[in-house]
Amino acid sequence: MDIIATIWLRSMKRYIRSKSRIIGSLGMPVFFLVLLGFGLNAVVNIPGTEANYVGFLVPGIVAMSVLFTSVFSGIQIIWDKQFGFLKETLVAPVSRLEIMLGQTLGGATTAFIQGLLILVFSLIIGLTIVSAGGFLIAFGFMILIGIAFTSFGIAIASRMEDMHGFQLIMNFIIFPVFGLSGALFPIDTLPVWLRSLTLADPLTYGVEGIRYGLTGTSQLDPLLSFGVLTAFTVAMIGAGAHLFRKVQI
Amino acid sequence: MVAIRVSQLTKQFNGLVAVDNISFDIQEGEIFGLLGPNGAGKTTILSMLATILESTAGEAVVNGISIAANPDAVRKSIGIVFQDQSLDEELTAFENMDFHGRLYRIPKAVRRERISTLLELVGLADRKDDFVKTFSGGMRRRLEIARGLLHEPKVLFLDEPTLGLDPQTRNHLWEYIERLNKEKRITIILTTHYMDEADKLCGRVAIIDKGKIIAMDTPQNLKNQIGGDVVTITSTKIAALADAISGSWIKTKEQHDGFLTIHLENAETHIATIVTAAEKQNIPIAAISIHKPTLESVFLHFTGRTIREEDASNKDHMRMRARLWRGK
Ligand SMILES: Nc1ncnc2c1ncn2[C@@H]1O[C@H](COP(=O)(O)OP(=O)(O)OP(=O)(O)O)[C@@H](O)[C@H]1O
Ligand SMILES: [Mg+2]
Repeated sequence: MDIIATIWLRSMKRYIRSKSRIIGSLGMPVFFLVLLGFGLNAVVNIPGTEANYVGFLVPGIVAMSVLFTSVFSGIQIIWDKQFGFLKETLVAPVSRLEIMLGQTLGGATTAFIQGLLILVFSLIIGLTIVSAGGFLIAFGFMILIGIAFTSFGIAIASRMEDMHGFQLIMNFIIFPVFGLSGALFPIDTLPVWLRSLTLADPLTYGVEGIRYGLTGTSQLDPLLSFGVLTAFTVAMIGAGAHLFRKVQI
Repeated sequence: MVAIRVSQLTKQFNGLVAVDNISFDIQEGEIFGLLGPNGAGKTTILSMLATILESTAGEAVVNGISIAANPDAVRKSIGIVFQDQSLDEELTAFENMDFHGRLYRIPKAVRRERISTLLELVGLADRKDDFVKTFSGGMRRRLEIARGLLHEPKVLFLDEPTLGLDPQTRNHLWEYIERLNKEKRITIILTTHYMDEADKLCGRVAIIDKGKIIAMDTPQNLKNQIGGDVVTITSTKIAALADAISGSWIKTKEQHDGFLTIHLENAETHIATIVTAAEKQNIPIAAISIHKPTLESVFLHFTGRTIREEDASNKDHMRMRARLWRGK
């Protein structure tokens, strides 16, 4: 436990000190939220909810922020590899699992905070709070997304030598995961083939869970969302731990 | 007491034999050097002993613990300073030390106390709250050495401890390493491709080439092995001088144009004899000089090549690129 906390603490220190990164990674979600939210608010009606489009979009953008930050945090261990710091950690008499879990929790915390900042921004631009309990539900889903995708990032980083593959991962995994997740559109009205793709995307369950928490309604049963996302998170931790154990330095 | 026993250790990287069936013992309290050119296998040997790389064959015992059977216990008992920097530049000197202390589960009070003692020792006490990214190469190296000592290892591995440092900083580090060895009785095994470093610092040296140990002894014995010293005497009367100097300590005398060379052991103890003999015969001596063999000549003798000294490794270039990539 001490070891996990030690590694978590280092992630936090680095995060808090990288002001430009904090601001920088808020840019895209805020851009999406403002542009799509206000651009489409008047023309889009979400069937079955009273929420306007901005209200519908906020959970998706929160999930987006958590997703991008967590994958990026996981992939950061490539820098530790290149800058040599990973050696210092790996030669200590601690287990690889502890190191991996510490990194994961660090990344998930970072991602959660980034999601929270988007949430605060949405409150400022007029999102109304449905219930305090709902907020806690949304937090839970945000943390799960954070853990799952930081682990995913670590799994990827364990197999990569340098950052060259990063663009590939972003374009062919992360953007599709985000695009197909129902963050931007309701899944009920999709054509069947697209709907099945959406339901195969683990982020869908995260977005729907957050949406249930924040707006009180969702198209998927929140318990189903919770179950699927938890299973996915456990699988990702397993994959991350497995691949990280095999890292060669 | 044996601190490290290496028997028939071998490492292959897909067919390339980086370390080839080497065996040696290091006694407690020694400063032992692995000397060899780039790619000789020095780092690979250290990595296996530090249990961060698995050996292909062979065995090694560090502090009485087998590296294969109990790597965790080995790690606890050793400290290592890697060839390439392994500090977190975004943390301060203190935070780097503290992170290390926590990983080795040193209780907080002890940790704090040792960190201040060690930072004092390496002369970084007044910089403890500065970010490592503001440190010079020498300061980083000293911090890494301090960090390697935090958990009080019995054996310290230093991989190219003074690579790329200026002479003054190198001297400073050498003194410091010697002091650690004497005062704290820490066994030190270091790699280097600097001849003078191995010569000055190490009690014993193993010369490594292409994964094999080609010679191993004290620096003095290694140098004696290849034929001892050479005295060169410049004079106008070479032939007469050659006749005047005689004795069983002379291995060979060679007359050249304007100077005479004498091969012998322990040249400095015979200089007086040479000068006196020349004076008796009224032979003028214009100049006299002693050439001692260096480890460089030892390496040349055994391999037929000289050690090439290269400062920037490929890894450094890669880091530079990574740094540029991050826009720093
Ligand atoms: N991970 C690896 N994969 C493949 N080959 C490797 C690996 N690590 C080292 N080698 C090879 O093993 C040989 C020995 O390398 P090593 O790093 O031990 O040399 P060294 O004596 O430390 O050299 P230097 O003075 O440059 O640090 C080299 O030929 C190197 O290319
Ligand atoms: Mg090396």
